[in-house]
Amino acid sequence: MGFRELMSDAAEKQTPVLQTSKLTKWFGPVRALYDVDFNLYAGEVHAVLGENGAGKSTLVKLITGVYRKDSGAILLEGQAIEPHSPHEAQAYGISTVYQEINLIPTLSVAENLFLGRQPMRMGFIKTGEINSRAKALLKTYNLDIDASHTLSAFSVAVQQIVAIARGVDMSAKVLILDEPTSSLDAHEVQLLFEIMRSLKARGISILLITHFLNQVYEISDRITVLRNGEKIGEYLAASLPKRELVSLMLGRELVSVTDEGNTNGKAAHQNERSFLQVEGIARRGMLEPLDLSVAKGEIVGLAGLLGSGRTETAKLIFGVEQKDIGTIYVKGQKTTIRSPRQAIGQGFGMCPEDRKIDGIIPELSVRENIILALQAKRGWFKTLSRKRQEEIAVEMIEAMRIVTPDSTKPVGQLSGGNQQKVILARWLASQPELLILDEPTRGIDVGAHAEIIQLIKRLCADGLALLVISSELAEIVEYSHRVVVLRDRKKLTELTGDDISEQMIMHTIAES
Amino acid sequence: MLETKTAVEPTTAPTPFNLMQTLSRNRRFLFPVLALILILIGNRLISPTFFTIRVGPDGRLIGSLIDILNRGAPTVLLAIGMTLVIAAKGIDLSVGAVIAICGAVAAVLISTTTLPPLLVIAIAIGAGILCGLWNGILVALFDIQPIVATLILMVIGRGIAQLITEGQITTFSNESLEFVGTGLIGGFPFPIFLSVIVVALVWLLIRSTAIGMLIESVGANDRASFYAGIDATKIKLLVYIISGICAAITGLIITADIKGADANNAGLWKELDAILAVVIGGTALTGGRFYLIMSVVGALIIQSIQTGIYISGLPPTFNLIVQAVVILAILFLQSEDFRRLFTGAWAKLRRQS
Repeated sequence: MGFRELMSDAAEKQTPVLQTSKLTKWFGPVRALYDVDFNLYAGEVHAVLGENGAGKSTLVKLITGVYRKDSGAILLEGQAIEPHSPHEAQAYGISTVYQEINLIPTLSVAENLFLGRQPMRMGFIKTGEINSRAKALLKTYNLDIDASHTLSAFSVAVQQIVAIARGVDMSAKVLILDEPTSSLDAHEVQLLFEIMRSLKARGISILLITHFLNQVYEISDRITVLRNGEKIGEYLAASLPKRELVSLMLGRELVSVTDEGNTNGKAAHQNERSFLQVEGIARRGMLEPLDLSVAKGEIVGLAGLLGSGRTETAKLIFGVEQKDIGTIYVKGQKTTIRSPRQAIGQGFGMCPEDRKIDGIIPELSVRENIILALQAKRGWFKTLSRKRQEEIAVEMIEAMRIVTPDSTKPVGQLSGGNQQKVILARWLASQPELLILDEPTRGIDVGAHAEIIQLIKRLCADGLALLVISSELAEIVEYSHRVVVLRDRKKLTELTGDDISEQMIMHTIAES
Repeated sequence: MLETKTAVEPTTAPTPFNLMQTLSRNRRFLFPVLALILILIGNRLISPTFFTIRVGPDGRLIGSLIDILNRGAPTVLLAIGMTLVIAAKGIDLSVGAVIAICGAVAAVLISTTTLPPLLVIAIAIGAGILCGLWNGILVALFDIQPIVATLILMVIGRGIAQLITEGQITTFSNESLEFVGTGLIGGFPFPIFLSVIVVALVWLLIRSTAIGMLIESVGANDRASFYAGIDATKIKLLVYIISGICAAITGLIITADIKGADANNAGLWKELDAILAVVIGGTALTGGRFYLIMSVVGALIIQSIQTGIYISGLPPTFNLIVQAVVILAILFLQSEDFRRLFTGAWAKLRRQS
């Protein structure tokens, strides 16, 4: 295949701080990681990239002692280590900050920073001292906050920095960041990168896992690509073009999904009668009165910044939150929707933004997760036979290319993109007429990303009405027939036809 | 993608039976069953006649195994209801008190009125349903934490039972009602039949319909279940009502057995046995996946230990300690971390030799 194995200068000169050699992990018959050699050198940011299920998380969890390796070795500064828990890994100097921040939200920032190693006097924690020490510590991260406040009072970005500060302060040689930017806005991402750069300058090595390819190039020195549990190669970020990186990750040539412009402008008005019509729905503190309509075979995009009222609109329509005023018409009939259950009864389906909290039932199998909404719709006693359930599940696994050994695997053990596909499958199995998708591609790698966008288009062609929320404007522009632009919990305008472009959406958000 | 293909292709040739693989896949079921067998064997070592079952003069089957099933029936019944409640991320601390209430209702009605015994039994079970409904309303509609919500009835329930019996131990003499506790069918004590019937009915209701999966879904992630359109309120009401019915039937057995209602002591601490049985059976207290039949095994384990201690002639003062040690051993066996401690040491030993 002609992969260029590029070794940095550093690689030839020094031994890696952290090294894995022929690391292998099986989960039953599934090979999660196979013979992976990974090298992390002092003072570098090294991104580990790959599709969902490529083995990134497994690699991290083996290094941090969450899982036990089946074979191979983990070397820290040349010494073989075998951490049995994240705590032990921490003692070796390997700290991890996960996507879901592993701190205690109800304790203060200072208490979180010094948890388990508080300065004590006669059995009492010296609260004053930890507060001032915490403040001083966070100052070095350009964070000037009152450390005596509860952690949950601060933004995710601040919580993330606190987690990093805690990890580094406990003498980290290696810092592992797992999707650190997935819930940060652009400014916060820059803040985080500043911190990563200064840590790098202090000689700390950073292992970064992320789905955002642009960010990879902004911050990483080197890149290791994994695919299907195997290492594809190790490259200098500066000399690996993005297109090539993507095809390495996918193992095939990338079919461009975002280069084409919006070609579906006209389909919008062919269908005169709307499936869903919303008039003046509003809720205090959530959304100003908003009008909206979606027809069968139409995709309506909801664009706007985080907190602009996009998700709130979806929640009011789907009955997750109760509207104060306004009317919802389905097929021209006035309807009351006070719960998702009632919305589902009207033929709605909704993939929520936070799939971990609102989407998957982690312990239940792929099959059960897929048939859940359909079964809930049918009620307690009109049970789907085991055979029918299996048919639906296998059909969906195949159609959506869900990567799972079989339909009995608990969904919690699948990778993020596959979990998202399972939730989509759940709604498709319930045969909705309107599907609301809130950030359907968030936290999903490029391969699954393209697949989901193709799927959205196909569903639309099949005559489904779709209301899609996304932060990725290119994506919205690509598939929407109409785009509703929101700002400050208010609908600004509705773009149609040729007006639908990234520039126009940004212009609308910025100007009007 | 390769993985996808292997996932969808139906397995053409059935894989040859592999004992170790089957065992390791069903480890969850293996340990409690193994524990039960070991305890029974242990009992046999203590008492050579442990497995002997003989027919008594009145056709009654007599033997320790029958005794375990008979004495274990109350815990089995409670464990059934408790399993469902725990699966829905709840807990029902009130079952002991509900036993007292329903027993009191039955004893007072049968001794002071001329109502037919079947109607008395129906009213007592109705009282159990009301208790379950009360718990369910507090938990499902008012969103009170289950442990607090059911603690209320646990405390107040015995008071209600005392009000019903007016503070006396109400005794009665009625053959039909006594049959519930001491009757025989084909030589088997009636409580064994009752528990088998209830297990079968609940299993049918839960596992042959979608209810079981919906309970697991609500217990594992109630937010996601809400989005999926599951009516969690109805599910929660149902599990507490089933638990109330199970407690009511248990109350009838206990009351019929002693021919009287003791508001203070009937079913005392029984809720803890029930919870323990569920845990031994492998259902997590955090809700979600549940194992109905394994809870029955858990209940039988508890009863086997108690019967074993009883026949061993050990002073009764040791009962609770022995029980605790055996149960701790079972829970240790179920803990993966604990097992790893030993498998790890074993592997090391082998490597060295």
